[in-house]
Amino acid sequence: MKINTINSTAVPVRIDHIDTDQIIPARFLKATTREGFGDNLFRDWRYDKNNQPIDGFVLNDSTYSGEILVAGKNFGCGSSREHAAWAIADYGFKVVISSFFADIFKGNALNNFILPIQVSDELLNEIFDKIEANPKIAIKVDLPNQTLEVVGTDLKTTFEIDHYKKTCLTNGYDDIDYIISQREAVKAFEGKREFAYL
Amino acid sequence: MKLHQSRTLFDKIWEAHVVERKAGFPDLFYIDRHFIHEVTSPQAFDGLKKRGVPVADVNRTIATCDHNVPTLNQHLPIQELLSRFQVEKLRENCKEFGIELYDLGHENQGIVHVIGPENGFTLPGTTIVCGDSHTSTHGALGTIAFGIGTSQVEQVLATQCLLLDKAKTMKIEINGILSKGVLSKDIILYIISQISASGGTGYFVEYCGSAIRSLSMEARMTICNMSIEMGARGGMIAPDQVTFDYIEGRPFAPKGEDWDKALAYWKTLPTDEGAEYDAEFVFDAAKIEPWITYGTNPGMGMGISHNIPKMAAGASDKDMVKALAYMALDAEQTLEGKKIDYVFIGSCTNSRIEDLRLVADFVKGKTKAENVNVWIVPGSNKVLVKAKAEGLDKVFESAGFQLRQPGCSACLGMNEDKVPAGKYCVSTSNRNFEGRQGPGARTFLASPLTAAIAAITGEITDVRKYL
Repeated sequence: MKINTINSTAVPVRIDHIDTDQIIPARFLKATTREGFGDNLFRDWRYDKNNQPIDGFVLNDSTYSGEILVAGKNFGCGSSREHAAWAIADYGFKVVISSFFADIFKGNALNNFILPIQVSDELLNEIFDKIEANPKIAIKVDLPNQTLEVVGTDLKTTFEIDHYKKTCLTNGYDDIDYIISQREAVKAFEGKREFAYL
Repeated sequence: MKLHQSRTLFDKIWEAHVVERKAGFPDLFYIDRHFIHEVTSPQAFDGLKKRGVPVADVNRTIATCDHNVPTLNQHLPIQELLSRFQVEKLRENCKEFGIELYDLGHENQGIVHVIGPENGFTLPGTTIVCGDSHTSTHGALGTIAFGIGTSQVEQVLATQCLLLDKAKTMKIEINGILSKGVLSKDIILYIISQISASGGTGYFVEYCGSAIRSLSMEARMTICNMSIEMGARGGMIAPDQVTFDYIEGRPFAPKGEDWDKALAYWKTLPTDEGAEYDAEFVFDAAKIEPWITYGTNPGMGMGISHNIPKMAAGASDKDMVKALAYMALDAEQTLEGKKIDYVFIGSCTNSRIEDLRLVADFVKGKTKAENVNVWIVPGSNKVLVKAKAEGLDKVFESAGFQLRQPGCSACLGMNEDKVPAGKYCVSTSNRNFEGRQGPGARTFLASPLTAAIAAITGEITDVRKYL
């Protein structure tokens, strides 16, 4: 898996503080594989208790689609469940744009080749407005150049990403490959430790 | 003036665990203890199998089942098929990779964050991770402890290391004397409502000050446990005599000469005078009253005698409207007198023996209100055994409270213990998110004392009127 540039329409979930219990409720965490969580993404906002789609929730609105999820600030707070990232990836999103991400979610996203892009509160609001005004508007994300633009508008920004993580995403590397390659350093560290209880 | 040598508790432990630091890379960071459970580990073990790598150090890996286990009849096969399958998967994986499992019925079984400190696995100066965000609990003993995702569980299993950027540091100081009826749960709910549900993101918090020092070890765990609810990576408290007295003699704690050596080291861990933090807050303990949440994130909380505010820290108007609609409450209304349906006393936040003693002591001779179901779910088998030995089970029984078997239970409703849609629950757990305790369930987070009085009166009540 790799990420370079993505040019896609976007799905706006204009809600702040979306916790991972909303992204994927605990009762769906019983699977032992990484696949299939997309069906239950935002389950309790998306379906009622009779499993009927709830009108008005954006994932049930065919006007909106795409590989980019745009969400309110403090996205992914709460539980560390990586199932939240799996659900987002399984549904087909490759990028999440928000004005603030919870730490654990951000790490989980990166480990699953989902690119979390943090923008200012003001820009996020403008992006929401543009998508809501024209659901077919495209957003272009260029990871190598670290730029994001709402195509055909003057909304354009650069974004931050850790250099190491960028290398992983653009090349398809994961952390374990790298750490295993550092095995000698780990052994040397273990050999130096003084306390029996450690 | 900044003293160059001055370091924080966090800095000292972090730097002692950096295996390798290279420019442009995160730190290669060593993990001393890794707790695993049935829900966030199966995909990690699959990863190891695909790569054909063993577990790097089984002696640093501790397994139990807690998240989706039933809290009644644990001696019988698990009824819920998917839960049973997940627990069986953990058994298979532990057997295949040679990890000791504290399975249902084992004397050490319980919620990971209860059994760690209880058995002496959790020690000052160590690093601890678990695929669970409440791993921050262990920080109460002066450890760097934090929750990780399943990809990271796989990394730690495979290498005993993680790649991490060092977090920023935040100091939260609480000075003064707590009022009667105010517990450590109230302190942390108060802090979160001041700092907001995202105000700690990117930070590791150190709690200090005279109010923190006055707390027991278990009460300190409640504080560190909820650090994640303000977004913090973890929370910690410098080890002191309370910590050392708590640890000494526990099964996996160092003994004899090892103990003396460890103790000498642990005493060097507290933050040096003059050390600087990236952010600092100071609070007055006297301002804290029994605290309760009214909304759908832990930052939406207030003193129990107050009316629901129009605004909460870090929440927009829209957030408040959405939260209050979900809770079927109105801004500016009082919560006192609000009828409730369930009381849950349990979770890694408040399920330890001191919590149960406190509740038993308070409800002795009283009976629960008819409209309320009361579940007490101990954090571990050891807590349950101790509770029974002390006769707390009899107190709960005559009060009409149900004492169950250990597990995460109604904190996240992965097992059968769910609060029905639309029902109100006063809960000693850590999250009041929409649907957290079951689809449509409405949660009020509070201390064990506030939960106990609500169980007796059947409504939200200021416990101070009954002390």
